[in-house]
Amino acid sequence: MWTWFHRLASPPTFFRLADRFSIWLAAVAVLLIGYGLVGGLVLAPADYQQGDAFRIIYVHVPAAWLSLSGYVAMAAAALVAIIWRMKLAECVVVAIAPVGASFTALALVTGMLWGKPMWGAYWVWDARLTAELVLLFLYLGVIGLNQAFEDPRAGARACGLLALVGVVNVPIVHYSVEWWNSLHQGPTVSRIGKPSIAPAMLWPLLSMSLGCMALFAWAVLRRVQNELLLRERRSSWVKAWLREREAAGRV
Amino acid sequence: MLRAFAAALRRELRVAARHKGDWLLPPLFYLIVVTLFALGGKPNDPQLAAFAPAVLWVGGLLSALLNLDRLFRADYDDGTLEQMFLAEHGPLAVVYAKLAGHWLLGGLPLALLAVPLALQLGVPTPVLGSLLTGLLLGTPMLSLIGGFAAALTVGLPRAAVLLPVLVLPLIGPVVIFGAGAARAAAAGLDAAGPLYLLASLLVLGLCFLPLAATAALRNSFE
Amino acid sequence: MSDLLLQTESLSVGRGDRVLFSGLTFAVAAGELVHLRGRNGAGKTSLLEVLAGLRAAVSGTVARPAGGLHWLGHKNALNGDLSVYENLGFWCALQNCDPSPIAAALERLGLARLRHRPSRTLSAGQKRRAALARLLIAPRPLWLLDEPLAALDVEGLAYVGRMLDEHLRGGGGALVTSHQALPVDATHVQILELA
Repeated sequence: MWTWFHRLASPPTFFRLADRFSIWLAAVAVLLIGYGLVGGLVLAPADYQQGDAFRIIYVHVPAAWLSLSGYVAMAAAALVAIIWRMKLAECVVVAIAPVGASFTALALVTGMLWGKPMWGAYWVWDARLTAELVLLFLYLGVIGLNQAFEDPRAGARACGLLALVGVVNVPIVHYSVEWWNSLHQGPTVSRIGKPSIAPAMLWPLLSMSLGCMALFAWAVLRRVQNELLLRERRSSWVKAWLREREAAGRV
Repeated sequence: MLRAFAAALRRELRVAARHKGDWLLPPLFYLIVVTLFALGGKPNDPQLAAFAPAVLWVGGLLSALLNLDRLFRADYDDGTLEQMFLAEHGPLAVVYAKLAGHWLLGGLPLALLAVPLALQLGVPTPVLGSLLTGLLLGTPMLSLIGGFAAALTVGLPRAAVLLPVLVLPLIGPVVIFGAGAARAAAAGLDAAGPLYLLASLLVLGLCFLPLAATAALRNSFE
Repeated sequence: MSDLLLQTESLSVGRGDRVLFSGLTFAVAAGELVHLRGRNGAGKTSLLEVLAGLRAAVSGTVARPAGGLHWLGHKNALNGDLSVYENLGFWCALQNCDPSPIAAALERLGLARLRHRPSRTLSAGQKRRAALARLLIAPRPLWLLDEPLAALDVEGLAYVGRMLDEHLRGGGGALVTSHQALPVDATHVQILELA
C-alpha cells in the first residue's frame, strides 16, 4: 500500500492523475452547485422568520465550512511536508492558501450581507466573526510569506510552520458559538440527531456544501498542477508534457 | 542544556548593555504613542479612560514589534546560527534564552511603564492591578509569537514589512483577553476569567512556540 | 586498517530546487586529509553543510564519527559586539566543553593581546584565526573546513598547516575546501574533485 502512496507522490504520476480527476471534479461541482443554487434560491420555501433573506445560507454556510476544513487540510499537508519533506505536500500547502482565503472572504462578505437584515449591523465584534477574520489574516500571512521566499521549498515549509501554529484558531471559530455568548446562531446541522431545518431547505444546503467541496478540491488540484509545473520546469517530464501539448496544438 | 540557556541569556544581556539605544527605543515609542492618543482626544475626556486598556495594549504591541526583526538576524548574518545548530544540545536552549531576553528587555519594561501611562490616561486605580497582570501575562506571549515570526523570516530581505502581518492574527486572542480583563475590572466585574485564559495561552505558547521557532530557523539554512 | 571517520553513500546534494550533483560515495579515514576542489558553484559549500548535518541531502546517506565534528563555514560566527574571549566562551557553553583551553588556543594563534577587544575591530584575517581557535579548544576527530585559509597571511597559513599536521598525526581526519594549495605535507593529501 505504501508503494502505491509513494508512486502517487511522485510529481509526474500525480500530475497525470490530477488531469484526469479534475474533469470529474468539475462536473460534480457544476451539478451539485447547480442543483443547490436552484433548489435553495428558487424552489425552497421562504423562512417564516427571515423571509427570503435566509437564502444567503446557501452560499454562506458552505463557504464558512470550507474555509475551516480547507485550513485543516492545509495544516495536515504542512505536517506531511515538514516531517517527510514531501514535495507534493509542499505544493498542496501553497495551493490551498489562496483558495481558502477566497472562501473565507466569501464567508465574511456573505455573513455581512446577511447580518444587516438579521441583526441590523454589517459587522459585530463577536467571537465567531472575529475568529473568522483572524483566519483570513492567517491565510493572507501564508500567501505573503510564500511570496517572500526565493527558494520555493524553504518557502513552502515556512508557510507550513505558520499554518500549523495558526491551526489553533480553527477550533476557536468552530466552538466559539458554544463557548461564548455569541450573536451568531448555533449549529443547525450536526452529525448525530435530527437537523433543526426543514428537508426542502436541507437538501439544497447539503448539495451546495458537497458541490463547493468539489469546487475547492478542483481549484486546489489545478493549483497544485501549476505549482508542480513551475517547480519542475527543468525536469524531463515537464519538457515531454509541453512537447505533447504543443504537438496536440493546445499550448 | 541549562548551561547553554544561561550562557545565551547572559550573552543577550551583555550585547544589550553595549547597545543601550536598542532597548531604550521601545519604551520611548510607547510613551510617544500613548501621549499622542491622549493629545488626540478631548482634554479630560472620561471616555478616554474607558478606551485606555485598548490604547495601552495596542501601543505595547507596536512598541514590542520594533525590535523583533533584529532578534535572530545578527546571528544569521555572522554565522552563529549554524554553530548553534551544530551544538550538542541543539538550538532550543538558545531560542528560549533569546525569547526570554527579548521579554526581559522589551515586554517587561513596557508592562511596567503601562502603569504610569494608565494613570496619565485617567484609568481608575482598582483597574491597574488587572491591567498590569494582563500585560505581564501577555507580553511574554508577544515575545514568543514575535520570536516565531522573526525566526520564520530571518533570511528574507524585506522581513520587517512581513512581520506585522504574521504577528497580528496570532496575537489577536491575547489582546482580546488582555484588554478584556482590564475592561471587566473597570466595569466592576471579576477579571479572573480572561486572565486565566491568558495564562493558559502563555503555557501553551511556552511549550510549542520555541519548538516552532527552532524549526523555522533550521528552515532558513536551506 | 584505519577506521573511517566519515562515510557517504550515493549522496545527492541540492540547493533550492536544483540538484548540484549526485551519486557521491567516498570516505575519510583517520589520519587522512581530503582536499575538496571544484569550480565556483560546483557545490563544495553545500556538500560540507550536508556532511556537517546542517542541511538535508536530496538522497543518500552520511555516516559521521561518534566523537563529533568541527565545521567551519565561510562566516566566522563571531558577534561583533562581544570580544573574542566572550564569543569563544559562549561557543564552549553551547558545546558543553571545558573553557580552560581558550586562552592557550588564542595564544597559539597569535590573538592573545586582542582577546578582550570587540570582535568588529578585528581584521578579516584575525577573525578567521579566532574562528580557527575553536578547532583547538574542543578536540574532535573530524574537521570539515570550508575555505579555512581565506584572508590569512603567511604566518596564519603556517599556523593552520601546523594545526592540520598535528591533528592528522593524532588520528584525526579532515575534509578541506580551498582554492589554494594546502600548507601540509603533500603525501598525506587526497584530492576529491567535484565535477
